[in-house]
Amino acid sequence: MAGKNPKSWDLGGKNFEELASEAAKFKGESLWQDAWRRLKANRTAWWSLLFLGVFMTIAMIAPLMPIPSPVFLDLQLEPQPPIWPWTNFGTGGFEPQYWELSALDNFMVDTRVAIFGDWQTGPWLGTDGKGRDILSRIIWGSRTSILVSLAAAFCSLAIGVSYGAVAGYLGGRIDNLMMRVVDILYSIPFIFLVIFLITIVNEYRAELEDNYGIDRETVFYVVIGAVYWLTMARVVRGQVLSLRNQEFIEAARVLGASTARIVFVHLVPNVLSIVIVYLTLTIPAVMLFEAFLSFLGLGIEPPKVSWGILAVDGSEMVNPVKLYWWLVLFPAGAMGTTLLALNLLGDGLRDALDPKMRGRD
Amino acid sequence: MSSAPLLDVRDLHKHFPVGEKGLFGAHKQLLKAVNGVSFSLERGQCLGLVGESGCGKSTVARAVVGLHPATSGSIRFDGNELVGLSTRGWLPYRRKIQMIFQDPYASLDPRQTVSSILTEPSKIHGLSKPRERKLHAMQLLEAVGLNPRHINRYPHEFSGGQRQRIGIARALALEPELLICDEPVSALDVSIQAQIINLMGELKERFNLSYLFIAHDLAVVRHICDSVAVMYLGRVVEQASRDEIFNDPRHPYTKSLLSAVPVPDPELERARERIVLEGDVPSPLDPPPGCSFAPRCPWRHEVPDDRCNREIPELVERDGRKRSCFLPLAH
Ligand SMILES: Nc1ncnc2c1ncn2[C@@H]1O[C@H](COP(=O)(O)OP(=O)(O)OP(=O)(O)O)[C@@H](O)[C@H]1O
Ligand SMILES: [Mg+2]
Repeated sequence: MAGKNPKSWDLGGKNFEELASEAAKFKGESLWQDAWRRLKANRTAWWSLLFLGVFMTIAMIAPLMPIPSPVFLDLQLEPQPPIWPWTNFGTGGFEPQYWELSALDNFMVDTRVAIFGDWQTGPWLGTDGKGRDILSRIIWGSRTSILVSLAAAFCSLAIGVSYGAVAGYLGGRIDNLMMRVVDILYSIPFIFLVIFLITIVNEYRAELEDNYGIDRETVFYVVIGAVYWLTMARVVRGQVLSLRNQEFIEAARVLGASTARIVFVHLVPNVLSIVIVYLTLTIPAVMLFEAFLSFLGLGIEPPKVSWGILAVDGSEMVNPVKLYWWLVLFPAGAMGTTLLALNLLGDGLRDALDPKMRGRD
Repeated sequence: MSSAPLLDVRDLHKHFPVGEKGLFGAHKQLLKAVNGVSFSLERGQCLGLVGESGCGKSTVARAVVGLHPATSGSIRFDGNELVGLSTRGWLPYRRKIQMIFQDPYASLDPRQTVSSILTEPSKIHGLSKPRERKLHAMQLLEAVGLNPRHINRYPHEFSGGQRQRIGIARALALEPELLICDEPVSALDVSIQAQIINLMGELKERFNLSYLFIAHDLAVVRHICDSVAVMYLGRVVEQASRDEIFNDPRHPYTKSLLSAVPVPDPELERARERIVLEGDVPSPLDPPPGCSFAPRCPWRHEVPDDRCNREIPELVERDGRKRSCFLPLAH
């Protein structure tokens, strides 16, 4: 066999180290960086992103903030209307009363007490029929929304994306089988499933909690996660079907790349932009769904707060004699703004991540 | 050097099931994209595979690199059978047989830098350490005439011709012996085509490569190939050296194919006799029972007994050139 000439490879007399350091100056711009730049140029989407960032931060550090406890009852007879900060910026009398919090949250509450003592903000957005602070309840309720969104997003990403990508890439019989499973899960009337499951869990909740440590909320999150990956799997599969016969995938196969490598190194990064857009548009649906279930009494249970529970409280106080507008307006406003921001961000991302192959013309 | 050809394809068939599935899951029809192809490629040579669109050239190429399994037949690389190999069995041959693709815009992963595109081959085969890989990637860029400083860029930051060079560099990364090139220049501007063809010629000498070069531009084939195999409707009808094919075609289809190519010399161009074929290429779903070219062949009546329409001519070697036709050689 004709042997290879080892001198065949050279750098044209140049030095590797020098070239490598010079190459660092020619850093290319990835499609991600390009998309990020375009997103920043899109005012609406950028402000939505900022808003959501602030919203997330506030939700996360809620126990640190000097707001009243969301469940602290004040024995007064009527809901108090909003008092603007300049008339009543803050009062004393904070009581660290919560439901069972996580260790991190407890730590934050302790820190808050150490910093602010018993000082707390006044009822800036008013109080509800049981004297609980609306602002605090909105902020604490947003944590539930975020948690539900994260559960759905995580399942969509972890299960939906890999499931769809594998089915689309393998194709044929396996694809058929995998997608039939999705179809079957789809065809189960979801709302009945939730009602059914939660009723069962209610029935045996003491046993479940004692023996398995499963509470109703866990079931709630699991069910939401179990449903929201289905559509993602379909979306990703469709994308992968159109990508898998592209020449760069064939090139990887000719190089000997394994199926796992092709799916996770080549296919998934190329469908990720659609995944992200899709995710920002799914999350509002999940948030609404959580609120809906909690409203029906199937989701989060008092004393915990969620936006659905705020809606229940608000609607209970609607009566023709006296209009407690702040009980409805502020929770609805918080929810509406968040959903709007998510939708605007999703639109902006779709424009920024325009998946058309660039450089072609 | 052994006397066996580097690549020896015999009676290769590739049939695609098409149409709706029947009642019991069987497909109704078979599309015979490749229907008994035979050719051979000597080491160090460039074999051109020509034929009109849809005759099955890409299907042959994809079978040779193992992108889809052959229905039947034999593909021998350096004496080793490739048909029927498992994915694992293919691995050692992946390093020896590589492919250059047609569309430089679709053949590079848009999310990867040139660096990761060029180091991926050695990563897959666990060949060298990261630093050596990067060095090798730069050497590859240098070898295909690109600036090694641009290694951290992304494919969309290069022109079509440059991208095709990256594709060639990727194919070279494993130091293969055989490159399958499926119309490597037909998606490029004419001015850039010449550069890429010249580069491929240089690389062939420098790295002892052999090419299976698919094209439908005969001028390109004439420039780079040592021998030529002519395909028609899923079969090779003639294989011979480049000069023999271009100066003295022996198969009626080759003759008609060449007669359609304009000659630069105006006098010769005027004297050139054109063979205009009647009818269209038959469908690969229902190929003719005899010679696939027979229904359009101007000379079919010169063979007695309507043999062309009844019997499939074998690809037989005579005087050092292969031809599948019942007409006498001196025709
Ligand atoms: N995966 C497939 N499934 C069904 N039919 C196919 C498939 N791939 C190719 N074919 C058919 O096989 C025949 C040969 O196709 P092929 O791509 O090999 O032609 P080609 O000679 O490369 O043509 P071109 O010059 O246009 O590239 C065509 O009729 C095509 O429609
Ligand atoms: Mg082709």
